[in-house]
Amino acid sequence: MDQSMKWTVVGQVEDIPRQGSRVVRTESGNIAVFRTAADEVFALEDRCPHLGGPLSQGIVHGKRVTCPLHNWVIELSSGEAAAPDEGCTGSIPVRVENGTVSLGLAGFRPGLGRGGCSHG
Amino acid sequence: MSTQQIGMGNHGMNSTAPRERLVVVGNGMAGIRTVEDLLAKAPGRYDITVFGAEPHPNYNRIMLSPVLAGEKTFDQIVLNTRAWYEENGIRLISGDRVESIDRAARTVTAVSGLTVGYDKLLLATGSNPFIIPVPGVDLPGVIGFRDLADVEAMLAASKSGRHAVVIGGGLLGLEAANGLNINGMTVTVIHLMDTIMERQLDSSAGTMLQRELEGRGLTFLTGANTAEIVGEGRVQAVRLKDGREIPADLVVLAVGIRPNMALGQSAGLECGRGIKVDDAMVTSDPDILAVGECVEHRGMTYGLVAPLFEMAKVAADRLAGGAEAAYAGSVTSTKLKVTGVDLFSAGDFTADKDCEDIVFRDASRGVYKRIVLKDNRVRGAVLYGDTKDGAWYFQMLKDGEDVTPVRDTLIFGQGFGGGEAANPKAAVAALADSAEICGCNGVCKGAIVKAIKEKGLTSVDEVRAHTKASASCGTCTPMVESVLAVTLGAAYAGEAKAKPMCKCTDRTHDEVRQAIKALGLKSIPDVMQRMEWKTADGCHSCRPALNFYLLAEWPGEYKDDYRSRYINERVHANIQKDGTYSVVPRMWGGVTTANELRAIADVVDKFAIPQVKVTGGQRIDLFGVKKEDLPAVWADLNAAGMVSGHAYAKGLRTVKTCVGSEWCRFGTQDSTGMGIKLERMTWGSWTPHKFKMAVSGCPRNCAEATIKDLGVVAVDSGWEIHVGGNGGIHVRATDFLVKVETEEEVLEYTGAYMQLYREEARYLERTAPWIERVGLDYVRTRIVDDPENRKALHARFLFSQTFSQDDPWAERASGGVDRHEFSALAQVG
Repeated sequence: MDQSMKWTVVGQVEDIPRQGSRVVRTESGNIAVFRTAADEVFALEDRCPHLGGPLSQGIVHGKRVTCPLHNWVIELSSGEAAAPDEGCTGSIPVRVENGTVSLGLAGFRPGLGRGGCSHG
Repeated sequence: MSTQQIGMGNHGMNSTAPRERLVVVGNGMAGIRTVEDLLAKAPGRYDITVFGAEPHPNYNRIMLSPVLAGEKTFDQIVLNTRAWYEENGIRLISGDRVESIDRAARTVTAVSGLTVGYDKLLLATGSNPFIIPVPGVDLPGVIGFRDLADVEAMLAASKSGRHAVVIGGGLLGLEAANGLNINGMTVTVIHLMDTIMERQLDSSAGTMLQRELEGRGLTFLTGANTAEIVGEGRVQAVRLKDGREIPADLVVLAVGIRPNMALGQSAGLECGRGIKVDDAMVTSDPDILAVGECVEHRGMTYGLVAPLFEMAKVAADRLAGGAEAAYAGSVTSTKLKVTGVDLFSAGDFTADKDCEDIVFRDASRGVYKRIVLKDNRVRGAVLYGDTKDGAWYFQMLKDGEDVTPVRDTLIFGQGFGGGEAANPKAAVAALADSAEICGCNGVCKGAIVKAIKEKGLTSVDEVRAHTKASASCGTCTPMVESVLAVTLGAAYAGEAKAKPMCKCTDRTHDEVRQAIKALGLKSIPDVMQRMEWKTADGCHSCRPALNFYLLAEWPGEYKDDYRSRYINERVHANIQKDGTYSVVPRMWGGVTTANELRAIADVVDKFAIPQVKVTGGQRIDLFGVKKEDLPAVWADLNAAGMVSGHAYAKGLRTVKTCVGSEWCRFGTQDSTGMGIKLERMTWGSWTPHKFKMAVSGCPRNCAEATIKDLGVVAVDSGWEIHVGGNGGIHVRATDFLVKVETEEEVLEYTGAYMQLYREEARYLERTAPWIERVGLDYVRTRIVDDPENRKALHARFLFSQTFSQDDPWAERASGGVDRHEFSALAQVG
């Protein structure tokens, strides 16, 4: 990961419910920050690649979230939709240190699908 | 089932002449199978009376292990319902043990004093557990494993006690131990020999099995001799001859069975180890036959189901007047019914010097196979970890086939050489017509193929009904499917199996639900652990279902897991396509007031809510509310006395009403008042899917009650209750359930119906498809015909309502519940 990445503190891991998500508002749109049952933290643009549903409102299972609108399943680590659906939403770098969650927001633009999208 | 033409004189008998009387002592698998075979051969020949010591209809005794393990319910293992006895004109006297036979007078007398005369008597009294001759075997808490009462005793013991000791590491003992372990007990198996199941397994397979079961938490003490069962007033421990003492709250004796021949003995019938019978299954009294575990035939006694059924066939033929059928003894094979353990054993494998062994081991796959040959013929087979060729070896063993031509590849199984070893269809296609498919019932491939072709069968259920194949232990079901596939080719559509809940599990909704109840599972991780979920924490499909099943099973005890709720139920509003929410306050029975309307108007202005719409359920829906505004919107609506309308819930939605007799010139009853009472009783309840009601004040039915999950229609003399309607994609009009006179009855039927739906329908199954699946008659039987059950269901409904009628809006607006849901984690930039 980019050594010169600028990290923005957004809160504590405990602020996010296990198997749940909280929203970080930015000028460029909402980011959904997820915490899995195993306490891993991921951040995605809060827009399903299908029809823009708020992924932060979905059910978190394993390292995936299911969109509340039409049940697309999105990989938290990459933002990629699970087959047979195809699509990708932007993934934001996350750093957790001593329970503090920071996001690497440099260059985050909604709809760019930056970060983990292999073909983005 | 073909109805027997009892007393129709179709066998040349004068229908007024008294028929011969057959009395069957023993309502178990052997006795009733004989009766079934007899009814097929000579319907109407006898007046049949069946005595059973147990208070149940005939059930599949070999499936008691799955019942103990929580994999099946008792209802699922009943073989002949009481209706079957009635339909066939059989008098069933259950729960009354026959105590004596008067052979001179040709009567039997039961414990109750009931005396019944016979012309032919069939004894099928089964077996008793062998009681080891040590002190303390009569202490409370020491039981066998033979009947349902034993299973119930074990389940009860697992709730109150911790330690179980099973004496005997044979087939039965291991199944009991496994079941007790699943039920949460610490289980020790005490076995006299050095290897478990030594009668069926060699020491290699026995050791592999022991390792597997130890991995599941069982403890084994082999080469261990029980000296005494100790306890004061109740069992407390088992003491071994070497002085060791193992604590025990429950002791299961499973060292073996002994033919139950007491009745035959006391009647003076010739007995050895069992009641002696000849090849025609006739005892030393020509009018008395005997079948099953209670008999001794050619010096042998049997404890497995296949020989019993072979005996039944012969006895039935003799009772029907035949003179030829003869029983020649059985060669038996064994499978252990422990889920996840594949084990097959047949014949004799105690090798002598003339025997040759072929052994195959694959330690990494956990596979062990051993074939014992004598004079180039299969004499015994033990398969562990891969049992699919068991039937093939068993067939060669029974046929005494010379295996010289296939000897080199024999151990690799039937499919070897064709390159299709993994294809069970090819293996079945290659079987001869005489090859046995169902060992329990002795059904060969040819008989199944014939039935499929002649009767046009297309499913395993149909094959089971017509041939009995796979009707007992069920392990041959995949082979029966293959026979169907091979016989019908492309026309075989496969089995309409109950699908697994989702990709996280192989279990069906019904199986999971039963396990929650039977095993007392009380959390989602608990269910996933015990039911062997394949994912760490499930998915969006199974988690909400499990959450509902737990909530429905343990009201007041299970804590709702809001992270396993769909978003609408989690935030108590309906998500819309743009991520905003809609809000529907409750209006009881569709009635509102000026104050409520004013408060709604104020909320709309204050929060700039873009659209207000009247719904089909007679409510007002506020569209476009931002998520962060929800608590404040609710607070304002709460202040005007309104609560959540649950428009988002898999639960009670609305009770729609017409104005009824208060205003309407046609109205016959106060439908609005009835609707409000119904809504007050049912609001807040969770059900498998949404549940809508309506009450119409007359048969003109302005409230459209006949397309609701439950609709009430007033008539002059009372109320009609209709159920199972749906106005969705597939419109379904309701079925008429019952007519009642009072409002109290309407409430009671409604509560009972909702509870039955809640307890038995699958998650996300609306009432319409549920009723089509289970049948209206079933619902009637449970609710209309059985007032006690109706009242019990209604009481359970009201009980669970005491935990669910808190307004979720108030909890969040002022109670601070789930506050994190409605605010951002951070605002950046």
